[in-house]
Amino acid sequence: MNAPRVILVGGGLGGLWAALRVAGAGFAVDLFSLFEVKRSHSVCAQGGINASLDHKGEGDSVHQHLVDTIKGGAYLANQPPVKSLCEDAPGLIRTYERIGVPFSRTPEGLLDQRLFGGVKNRRTCFAGASTGQQLLYGLDQQVRRLESLGRITKHEWWELLSIVKDGDGVCRGIVAMDLRSLAVQAFRADAVVLATGGLGQIYTPKTTCSTNATGAAASRVYQQGALFANAEFFQFHPTAMLGEDKTRLMTEAARGEGGRVWVPRSPGDTRPPKSIPERERFYFLEEWYPAYGNTVTRDVAARAIWKVTRELGLGLGGSDRVYLDLTHLDRTVVRTRLGAILQIYRKFRGVDPVEEPMEIFPAAHYAMGGLWVDFEKDPATGGMRRGSPRNHATNVPGLYACGECDYAYHGANRLGGNSLLSASYSGSVAGESVYTYLKGLNRSAQDTPQSFYDDEVERQQGINLRFMGADGGQNPYTLHRELGALMTTKVGVVRDNRELDAAYGQLQELETRFADLSLLESSAWANQTLAYARQVFDMVKLAQLMARSARQRDECRGAHFKPELELPIPAGKFAGDPEFEDYRTRWKANNSRWLKTTLAEYSADGPRLRYEQVDTSVLSPEEPRDYR
Amino acid sequence: MDVRTVEFRIRRQDRPDSEPYWQTFRVPYRPNYNVLSALMLMREEPVTIDGKRVDPVAWEHNCMEEVCGACAMLINGLPRPACSALLDELGSPIVLEPLPKFPVIRDLLVDRSRIDQGFKQVKAWIEIDGAWDVHEAGPRVSPQTWAETYLYSRCMSCGCCMAACPQFGPWSDFLGPAAVAQVRLMNANPIGRFDRTERLHRLMGNGGLSDCGNAQNCVRVCPKEIPLTTAIGELGRQVTGQLLRDLLGKG
Repeated sequence: MNAPRVILVGGGLGGLWAALRVAGAGFAVDLFSLFEVKRSHSVCAQGGINASLDHKGEGDSVHQHLVDTIKGGAYLANQPPVKSLCEDAPGLIRTYERIGVPFSRTPEGLLDQRLFGGVKNRRTCFAGASTGQQLLYGLDQQVRRLESLGRITKHEWWELLSIVKDGDGVCRGIVAMDLRSLAVQAFRADAVVLATGGLGQIYTPKTTCSTNATGAAASRVYQQGALFANAEFFQFHPTAMLGEDKTRLMTEAARGEGGRVWVPRSPGDTRPPKSIPERERFYFLEEWYPAYGNTVTRDVAARAIWKVTRELGLGLGGSDRVYLDLTHLDRTVVRTRLGAILQIYRKFRGVDPVEEPMEIFPAAHYAMGGLWVDFEKDPATGGMRRGSPRNHATNVPGLYACGECDYAYHGANRLGGNSLLSASYSGSVAGESVYTYLKGLNRSAQDTPQSFYDDEVERQQGINLRFMGADGGQNPYTLHRELGALMTTKVGVVRDNRELDAAYGQLQELETRFADLSLLESSAWANQTLAYARQVFDMVKLAQLMARSARQRDECRGAHFKPELELPIPAGKFAGDPEFEDYRTRWKANNSRWLKTTLAEYSADGPRLRYEQVDTSVLSPEEPRDYR
Repeated sequence: MDVRTVEFRIRRQDRPDSEPYWQTFRVPYRPNYNVLSALMLMREEPVTIDGKRVDPVAWEHNCMEEVCGACAMLINGLPRPACSALLDELGSPIVLEPLPKFPVIRDLLVDRSRIDQGFKQVKAWIEIDGAWDVHEAGPRVSPQTWAETYLYSRCMSCGCCMAACPQFGPWSDFLGPAAVAQVRLMNANPIGRFDRTERLHRLMGNGGLSDCGNAQNCVRVCPKEIPLTTAIGELGRQVTGQLLRDLLGKG
């Protein structure tokens, strides 16, 4: 058999970790990215990465990390992978440290840790407020090292259009487009790993995501038969700053470091925030959730802001915005530990958050759902069996997925500081799985008949020609804006079945408008509109799945919230109180119906959904989430 | 409703080998808008002020919050990221050109692969045995050392420093300030310093530190306020020390 080759698509933390693992095992790696890998969206992550090092003397443990993650995700994540994630987190941090990531330090020179949402222990390692950037650069440097040794070949400025499957349905490579020459070309590979990130652009412009976080790659393989899981679970980050072009993230660490969220108690209070006396301020998170205060989980905080602004009408100046206040904190500490976000806020708003409270509101941030991936449970440990070729494998043999484009670790809501961790960890695991998969492979992609590649190239060229030749009146940029507005209002923080039905219909209508597209340009060189229009189309396909999945899940769980189906915890009642126990019974009854993974299979006449049991073998769902 | 508009004069180029030309566009003024968001408005309705329908302007963008480095271009003659260039500071017309010194791909899109080549040349990485857990924490680092190091680690390879540097360009082999600052970063790392000598030797070679003309443009344009000239100064002294060690045969 020819020496195996592996294709990795995506150059964020997931893709680069997979690259290090696969190249480290001696296999040839082709790394594809839409742009220079160091510009991937991982670079935007700010606050930190979780690992239970217990550097703050709080008795933090792997078990507590596991409990927080599983409960934070409302029990929807399969637990063996989460167990392994939490166990391996400290080792990942040590490796990051070795490759030169400048983690912030305690006075005695150890890795510092800070508080994040949905937890009570300081578990989040960080590098100022640019942790994602620092982790990504560390990996980028290592990949460049292996590139200089000829062990990794980068293909930057290439976009994945599809995978190539052989007659047995096994993934044998990809078809990609050179974003400069627009050449459409097939690449053979014995395994393909997708690390193509999130899909926040579906909510444009009210998203913290980069313009390239479209989800198009995941949508494409979904349309080619890869299963998509939990599409209805999408995170809205409570603290983004206003912007008409994009809503920029203000890290959860701002609250972890002591930042307070508030609004004036009386609606229409237009006084400058610092002149409003303490008693006339409504610190609603602290009042409603005294146990966790400002560091409740993101779904809870986003809904609280929704309630304060939309239902109580207390948003600043009647808007959706509330204050995130750092002005009471020690300035030197804030500047050292949050400098990067202060700089962003200052540059884009002209206001220094050390002097004036920031104005923030919830914005589309992170997809908990994604491509379905398998795992093999190790009965001996209760975690994932290390090196199993099933870990992070999609249902398409030879196709793996890791990072935000998979669905594996976060259930119905992701905890802050767990995304950098899961992106890194899943990339590493996917790399190891591929290694085992290749060892067991008895036929090389080199033996796959050329016709499979030629046919797929021809199909993709056909789509390009159709897009290029379209001469209708539909502008792709306008279609994207309509998509974003529709998803933000109808498939957002708070959901309603009538609205979801309407959304699905409108999304179908949006799809048909692509038949009358006008590409605005016909240039055959670096034609950005062609690539973009194709992405928007695939975003619409994914949005349809999200709307359909949301419609069909008739309950509230984590980020998926339908008010009429809410099971509220009885106010002022706790475990042992009859009212609470009654609530617990109803909560369990709901779990027996809905504690299930949504699995979606693509079909031309709409997504086909089914539900799969969640593995809760590590932490049985006995305790409802309760952040009061 | 604000009826003000902003004019953009944009230097365009269809292909790497074709002649550049200028076009002028007009967009409605909106408060808090930046050059990048204005370009997004323009691409949606790419019509020049003469009413001519043209191809949308090509440029690179990604994070829109000045952390990925993608959208650097020449704005009113200064190299800077387009996302953090607020219209309010720029007046009208605003002149956009591709980031100089780098080959143009199309319009404002340039090829910055030379930045990566420079990083390879100076071995801007830590040599590790492999990316596995060695079950041992790294060396301790004082908060003071961290603070100095972190500054250099925020370089986002936007290329502004190189665009502004009179010594850097297609005619010269000079690595440019970004790669030099990476040597400063790597040589200060407790593990990275094992390869300090080799990196210094690379700075002593062709295109190295002696090509710096001390114009100090780099530090003035760096959007991340990285003390590039401090790094150049420190490395100058390190290189001198290395020269002496080499002369004395002490490696």
